[in-house]
Amino acid sequence: MEHIDLYNLLKERFGEETVLEHVVTGDPAKGLRDPFILIRCEALPDICEFLKTDERTRFDLLHCISAVDRPEYFESVYHLFSMLLRHWAILKVRTAKTDPHVPSVARIWPAADWHEREAYDLMGIVYDGHPNLKRILLPDEWEGHPLRKDYTFPEHEHLREIGL
Amino acid sequence: MSIFMQEQNDIACRVTKGNRFADGKDSFLVGALQGKFEENVIVTSVDALFNWARLSSVWPMTFGLACCAIEMMHAGACRFDLDRFGAGVFRGSPRQCDLMIVAGTVTYKMAKRIKLLYDQMPEPKWVIAMGSCAIGGGPYYEYGYHVVKGVDLYIPVDIYVPGCPPRPETLMAGLIELQQKIRQDRILRKKSAETAA
Amino acid sequence: MITPAQPKPLQGEPLVVHMGPQHPSTHGVLRVELHTDGEVVERAIPNIGYLHRCKEKIGESIGYDAYVPYTDRMDYLAAMNNNWTWAMCVEKLAEIEVPERAEYIRVFVGELNRIASHLVAVGTYGLDLGAFTPFLHAFREREMTLDILEELSGGRLCFGYVRIGGVAEDMTARAMDMTRRFLKQFRAKLDSFNELLSFNHIFIKRTANIGALSGEQAIAYGITGPMLRASGVDWDLRRDEPYSIYNRFEFDIPVGQGLKGQVGDNWDRYWIRIREMYESTRILEQVIDGFPEGSHMGKVPAVLRPPKDAEVYVRTECPRGELAFYMISDGSKVPFRLKARGPSFCNLSVFEELTRDMLIADVVATLGTFDVVMGEVDR
Repeated sequence: MEHIDLYNLLKERFGEETVLEHVVTGDPAKGLRDPFILIRCEALPDICEFLKTDERTRFDLLHCISAVDRPEYFESVYHLFSMLLRHWAILKVRTAKTDPHVPSVARIWPAADWHEREAYDLMGIVYDGHPNLKRILLPDEWEGHPLRKDYTFPEHEHLREIGL
Repeated sequence: MSIFMQEQNDIACRVTKGNRFADGKDSFLVGALQGKFEENVIVTSVDALFNWARLSSVWPMTFGLACCAIEMMHAGACRFDLDRFGAGVFRGSPRQCDLMIVAGTVTYKMAKRIKLLYDQMPEPKWVIAMGSCAIGGGPYYEYGYHVVKGVDLYIPVDIYVPGCPPRPETLMAGLIELQQKIRQDRILRKKSAETAA
Repeated sequence: MITPAQPKPLQGEPLVVHMGPQHPSTHGVLRVELHTDGEVVERAIPNIGYLHRCKEKIGESIGYDAYVPYTDRMDYLAAMNNNWTWAMCVEKLAEIEVPERAEYIRVFVGELNRIASHLVAVGTYGLDLGAFTPFLHAFREREMTLDILEELSGGRLCFGYVRIGGVAEDMTARAMDMTRRFLKQFRAKLDSFNELLSFNHIFIKRTANIGALSGEQAIAYGITGPMLRASGVDWDLRRDEPYSIYNRFEFDIPVGQGLKGQVGDNWDRYWIRIREMYESTRILEQVIDGFPEGSHMGKVPAVLRPPKDAEVYVRTECPRGELAFYMISDGSKVPFRLKARGPSFCNLSVFEELTRDMLIADVVATLGTFDVVMGEVDR
């Protein structure tokens, strides 16, 4: 299924106020790149459940979850692939810069477990409903979330003080 | 057996030619005694004997952190064969080791564990920092917020082996350097110097 | 009369054993928290992050071409494949053409590195189970592949050879000769390796029917590469989503069949890698027979400035699974966001599920077949 058809399918099923827009990234003059579908944050688990189970979509493989720090908001990007039907879906949700929350999809794809923990660790997005949301890469004593654009690198002396 | 005897003779000769006893006098006595006994009697100083024993069987720890660990494995495998220098017996437990080869990037999460492992090793013990990361952060120096800028911030290092990653030959050169260093260790002489002071 | 005191009945008490981060068979700095009841492991929780080297932050701080050496050190056993994925990602982002000869060289080094990587996987797997000799055999062969790669790139482990727009140096006649010589004897060596380890009775007893992973479970956990194929899922990007010039070559995709036990057990996961090496030799033979003339480097602008707000997601089949880079450009000289999806990271996430109620010795045997590289798990 083409990505735009998938967008239309989702829009038909969930309505325009939930499935917000279909964007093809890149510069129209200098060439286009990957598309994505922007959806409302709260509807993410329902849409994912639908995408996984529906006969027309069957997205059984969650390939990657990436968190992006934009100037105005945080993004959580989902790259889904269907091994059966061999097509892609790229979903994006946006969340506020202060106190970012996104519903977890670990219940739908177990693969999301570690990806969400990593995004929480490095970007500080809280995935609501995640069974075990704690730091995965950095030590528990670590302060801050390094992949944020405003992160300042800690001093060695400071890290020794907090017990590292 | 003959090789072994050769090695022992080397020590005797070295003691004769180069070393001095604790009181600073030349070991003329050893020279006078040489050749006066049967073949399997050797005369040497305790220091030379101990150092020879230590440097000939340095047991490293099976302790790989990152990319350099693969080159360390290559150094221990068939082509390079670290065993030729007596250092091929990689041990799993720090309590059986003399040498810690810090092969790879040290992160803050790992540094505490490295310190712990180092403390568990019995004396005498030596450390080789293998690769740029272990020496000083390497390519992660500038943006690596989680990388320790050199393992010597946590444990004392004897030999630095540069490279990213160092070739097995470089590690072997580092090991030979370490053996030279062990050869100059003072065990008994240090004590007598201390009492004199 | 004195009646000796009866020994107290043994009581099972849960005990937490930490395996690693320094442990001979953890394949790098991985810590596994074993919650044991006697010899049975109730839960084995992998604890990662001991080699987190801030790769994504570095990618967002330095230029596109300067990042190539960092991809080397991500999966250091398959540096060529990682370089290649990165190069493909930037080429897609900035629309750079790659000459045909460069594509051939890329397939050549990629497959050679796949052999080198799998040799470490199977060699150290024997080591994990207490077989030292196969390790030496595997490393002897690996030295030969490294010699060829060294002839081309100058490096032994981290090559930095596949660059954006092509490869760093042209193919040499000497490297071709070395490859021919290597291929001539390699399959026979693999056959003898099989006699030594793969079909060894003790080895099969240790690995068959242990840690079987079903295909559905594998897909649900996002597992890719040899581990997925061992579970009976016939999926390989080189054939099913051919990138570069893989559609020109003839090769088979080995799939786990449960030859010695269940489908997707440890032995299957091990055996897949051996069979992939045979297939890689087939590809290599076709590559060196069909080398075209031409340039090894395409036209690359001195300063890369991809279009603003462009996003790409590129994945390739690395020896451990599908490595993917997700990159967002903001039109400047450095990526706005870089995310690396390491195959080992996803593969390792199933470990806890797979090792439930296993014996301690089998946990080690199972971890070996995952063939994780911590540089890629932690990035």
